[in-house]
Amino acid sequence: MTVLAIAEHRRGELRDVSFELATAGRDLADATDGDLHLAVIGGAVEAFVDRLDREGVDVIHTIDEGEEFNHDVYVQAVEALYDEVEPDTLLMPNSVNGLDYAPAVANRLSLPLVTDAIDIEHDGGLAVTREKYGWPPAEGTDDTEVRAFDADIDESAVRSAVTGFQEVGGGDVDISEAEVLVSVGRGIEDEENIALIEALAETLDATLSSSRPIVDNGWLPKNRQVGQSGKQVTPEVYIAIGISGAVQHVAGMKGAETIVAINTDSNAPIYDLADYGIVDDLFEVVPALIEEFGGEPPEV
Amino acid sequence: MVAGGQFRPMKILIAVTEVAEVEDDFEIEGLGVAEQYLDYDLNEWDDYAIEEGVQLQEAGEDVEVVSVTIGPERSEETIRMGLAKGVDRAIRVWDDALEEREELGVETKADVLAAVVEDEAPDLVLTGVQSNDDAFGATGVALAEEIGFEWAAVVNTLDLDPGGSVASVHRELEGGVEELTDVELPAVLTIQTGINEPRYASLRGIRQAQSKEIAPKSLGDLGLDESVTESPITLTQLYEPETESDATVFEGSPDEEADQLADLLRETGVVEG
Ligand SMILES: Cc1cc2nc3c(=O)[nH]c(=O)nc-3n(C[C@H](O)[C@H](O)[C@H](O)COP(=O)(O)OP(=O)(O)OC[C@H]3O[C@@H](n4cnc5c(N)ncnc54)[C@H](O)[C@@H]3O)c2cc1C
Repeated sequence: MTVLAIAEHRRGELRDVSFELATAGRDLADATDGDLHLAVIGGAVEAFVDRLDREGVDVIHTIDEGEEFNHDVYVQAVEALYDEVEPDTLLMPNSVNGLDYAPAVANRLSLPLVTDAIDIEHDGGLAVTREKYGWPPAEGTDDTEVRAFDADIDESAVRSAVTGFQEVGGGDVDISEAEVLVSVGRGIEDEENIALIEALAETLDATLSSSRPIVDNGWLPKNRQVGQSGKQVTPEVYIAIGISGAVQHVAGMKGAETIVAINTDSNAPIYDLADYGIVDDLFEVVPALIEEFGGEPPEV
Repeated sequence: MVAGGQFRPMKILIAVTEVAEVEDDFEIEGLGVAEQYLDYDLNEWDDYAIEEGVQLQEAGEDVEVVSVTIGPERSEETIRMGLAKGVDRAIRVWDDALEEREELGVETKADVLAAVVEDEAPDLVLTGVQSNDDAFGATGVALAEEIGFEWAAVVNTLDLDPGGSVASVHRELEGGVEELTDVELPAVLTIQTGINEPRYASLRGIRQAQSKEIAPKSLGDLGLDESVTESPITLTQLYEPETESDATVFEGSPDEEADQLADLLRETGVVEG
């Protein structure tokens, strides 16, 4: 089958998910001796082509339209390319921008859509489930065909405009620099209970971080958030307390050297990652741990 | 944000859903989790969408906020939560043909909601980014394309002058970066958690919600038929992933557990004491 995969870039950089898409696309095309087409829409198209031009990629289409992602342009461009290439499968990233255009493309082309795919298998149709990372060959080849494609974008259908970008989560602490992170999640239940975890961090001379709901609730500032939309951290020790280990959280901390989980639910996905665990109530374990190190647990 | 000047009446439609939450221990029956292990609640993301709509209503002069849910009678409980927080009235779409499906596809939800949009003619549609059970994250954007509205996904700041024709939004991208985008109305925005602080319903609100309208609609009422429930996607299996855990679990009383963890932390050398 022919597979068409759409690369992703932002602010001049190709994003890694592009390579994951290419890998998945190559596997899928191989299952049927088919071709893998990639498309680069907007941005520094030539530089992106250089990086994507690897063994296993048959054709790269370039659509030199705009600097940054715009879903109105992407939807039109992918639709035009779809008509040109006639792929059996379209692969788009399950990123924030992917979620901003893939559903519209599917609806426009009346194609079935599956988001958050972590495995795709050809079984006559497609069976979609499990995750794959990585991109095998490191060297570039130059036998990939690069085709500039004129998608004939209708500018009047472009009704949204990116006016800028903003970095959030700055401030005095940088959790990505910390050697030991004590991280708190929704299991803490109440804002005033955060003091308990704060006391543990202080006793261990560690830095306090959190999962997203804690920041959404305004209990800790944005610069403490670990995960996909927060910071990526790689401490020596990461202690996850009352955190379930949702994919978007794990995206930010899977690189930690040693992961410790304190969670009452032994089935919580955080235990798939953890090196050490305590399956018990954090309100019992954390005070005991503070005392172990000679600290005094606050009343919560 | 009200910038003064002329007000124009505005209608906001908020698509909300109840979601199933699974207990820590559960069993799978066929293609779903056995009913006795499920609790139902308002979708977390929709709570933020409701708050955003109600805040716009409070800031404007003549803003009507209507919620729409595709769901069985049971979901009226979660629909009332929105009504108690300030939503003016609600629409609930359900039908035997919808009931029969194990899972509703994105295109089905988009088609049904599109028919409601046609009836209601809102200026702005809000949805959550995703529902925490199915987590498809696609309904809002598919709906926008279906009805020819502009859209923005994963919005965590919204600036809108009720008389205006452009919404200025921040889209929350990965890695602590936000994209600033201007979106022409009418539009669909999918709302991210953290955009506001959802209020608790007041007792007065809860009382008032009892007398607010929840209009039931069948597919036929919306000019649709069973064919909208058809989907080229079939759910073939639901399974609990094998746990891949090879974590060393410390056991005993909380004190004993803490003691073992303390030893480990001392061994790593990064923690003193
Ligand atoms: C686009 C997008 C981006 C996102 N980005 C991020 C991100 O950057 N970072 C992030 O963290 N999330 C992110 N999320 C949210 C993510 O999907 C989860 O909702 C979130 O990570 C859950 O946080 P949690 O683990 O603290 O809460 P829950 O999932 O509610 O987990 C709480 C855990 O606490 C345990 N617990 C409860 N009581 C106790 C007790 N007394 N003792 C011990 N354990 C207890 C429970 O067993 C449970 O496992 C994002 C979501 C989306 C859609």
